[in-house]
Amino acid sequence: MKGSVQVKNQSLIIHVPKELDHHSALPIRQQADDIMRHQNIREVVMDFSGTDFMDSSGIGMMMGRYRAVQRNGGHMRAEHVNDRVKKILDMAGIGKLIEISRA
Amino acid sequence: MENTNEMVLEFDSRSQNEGFVRVAVAAFATQLNPTLEEVADLKTAVSEAVTNVVIHAYREKTGKVRIECCVRGKEMTVTVIDYGVGIENIEKAMEPLYTTRPELDRSGMGFAFMEAFMDELEVESRPGNGTIVRMKKKFGCGQSPFA
Repeated sequence: MKGSVQVKNQSLIIHVPKELDHHSALPIRQQADDIMRHQNIREVVMDFSGTDFMDSSGIGMMMGRYRAVQRNGGHMRAEHVNDRVKKILDMAGIGKLIEISRA
Repeated sequence: MENTNEMVLEFDSRSQNEGFVRVAVAAFATQLNPTLEEVADLKTAVSEAVTNVVIHAYREKTGKVRIECCVRGKEMTVTVIDYGVGIENIEKAMEPLYTTRPELDRSGMGFAFMEAFMDELEVESRPGNGTIVRMKKKFGCGQSPFA
């Protein structure tokens, strides 16, 4: 599965690809930044329902978008996070900044 | 005498190879009857090492990356070799959150993840000549789904 990006109201929903690494993070970053430059985005939702691999490049991509939405007074959350993705997010200490849910 | 089994991969430092390489190394590790978690840990560590080469060692250029895997008993050694710019200050590079390329959304967690997911990590580098990252992991500490 390739990642995709979608806007609903003022939420930017990022459908994270099956494997979130440096290679797959690049196009998502570009699409997300393009939307965030032109629209008033108050929430970024990372939908991990189709994701079974993630590394520190994914963390970097999330942090960059987190900072962007925060500058706009918004927030980020991660949903449908499985055990593996949870482990990576926990190791990076990202749970302190964003809401993480399994469902 | 202990049995050893070796495998070598050489590929271009292109980002689309990151996925194939971690899967190839993980496939080679199946002979050790790893748990799913051990496989995921290995894939993440390999991905970190290869991504470092793509982003830092060769930057905008493309060069060769060589991966040597050696299985000895229950242990696997993965050596990632590049011929790129090298690392000026290894200690600094290994500090969590340190990155030379924040503009590329780098988290600075690459070496920290390699250390966390493998049992041993060793980095040798010569500025201008390249870098060798050697990682070791012992398998079979948990229940294997392949057994």
